[in-house]
Amino acid sequence: MSGRDSHHPNAPTDLEARALALESLLVEKGLLTSEAVDGVIRAFEQDIGPMRGARAVARAWVDPGFKRRLLAAPKAAFAEIGVTEHQVEELVVVENTPTVHNVIVCTLCSCYPWMVLGLPPTWYKSAPYRSRVVVEPRVVLREMGLEVESDIQVRVWDSSADIRYMVLPLRPDGTEDWSEDQLAALVTRDCMIGVARPAVPSAVA
Amino acid sequence: MSDVDRAIAGLEGLPRRNGELVFEAPWEGRVFGLVVALTKTPGFEWDDFRRLLIAEIVRDPDADYYAKWLSAFERFVLERRVLTNEELESRKSEYASMARDAVI
Repeated sequence: MSGRDSHHPNAPTDLEARALALESLLVEKGLLTSEAVDGVIRAFEQDIGPMRGARAVARAWVDPGFKRRLLAAPKAAFAEIGVTEHQVEELVVVENTPTVHNVIVCTLCSCYPWMVLGLPPTWYKSAPYRSRVVVEPRVVLREMGLEVESDIQVRVWDSSADIRYMVLPLRPDGTEDWSEDQLAALVTRDCMIGVARPAVPSAVA
Repeated sequence: MSDVDRAIAGLEGLPRRNGELVFEAPWEGRVFGLVVALTKTPGFEWDDFRRLLIAEIVRDPDADYYAKWLSAFERFVLERRVLTNEELESRKSEYASMARDAVI
């Protein structure tokens, strides 16, 4: 592939290179794992997690007007819920429907809508996910625990430095009388990457 | 919550907006995660890292906040002799020159 230059025109900054060097060496020496670093980030999820994206999804589920705006002009819609900083040219929200399931990837590096989803998980940055989800998305999704029915089309969206994607999942059945806050709690990071669907806990449903 | 988590939760210097931790770029989150993950390991005490962080803040008060974390963390691991400066420099050059795939 010739895409790296068009994708990531710049080498990592000095600070990025130092952070990468530390992580890779500490992992090689067996002092920690990237999964442990992810675990720390998950532990602080309420602080730095995907709540911005989740709030937008829940609002879209209860407010058809907001949903239209979120799909048509995502940045402006996010501004309505107080998210005004994106640091990226374009944010695109792709909607799951009964016949289409969307999943996002960055095949060349790790472009990710982190301003609305928090920090990317390590598997998102892994070479196997980046290369395989494009070629055999159903297989990869199944391995991650999501079986997409054969009559549902799977669309894979490849992020770039200029365009980031986020999935608007389908509202689960049985949540008709739920509040926006209750709904937001169902929307995980993985749902908005497209490798999971919001699930109603059986104890609550 | 571990002691480290509590220490982090109580850190007043962490950039926050409406109470939420704020990272201006993904590498800042990685550095934060690296420090917290490693200081849960015996022999890599959070208080020792914190002393180095405070020293960095005193040394260069105007530097980017997580750049101070990065500098303090480099000193932290070098002092414990788990990495050498040469290893760190050569790995950093590999990333900077894109000889290694820089995925952050």
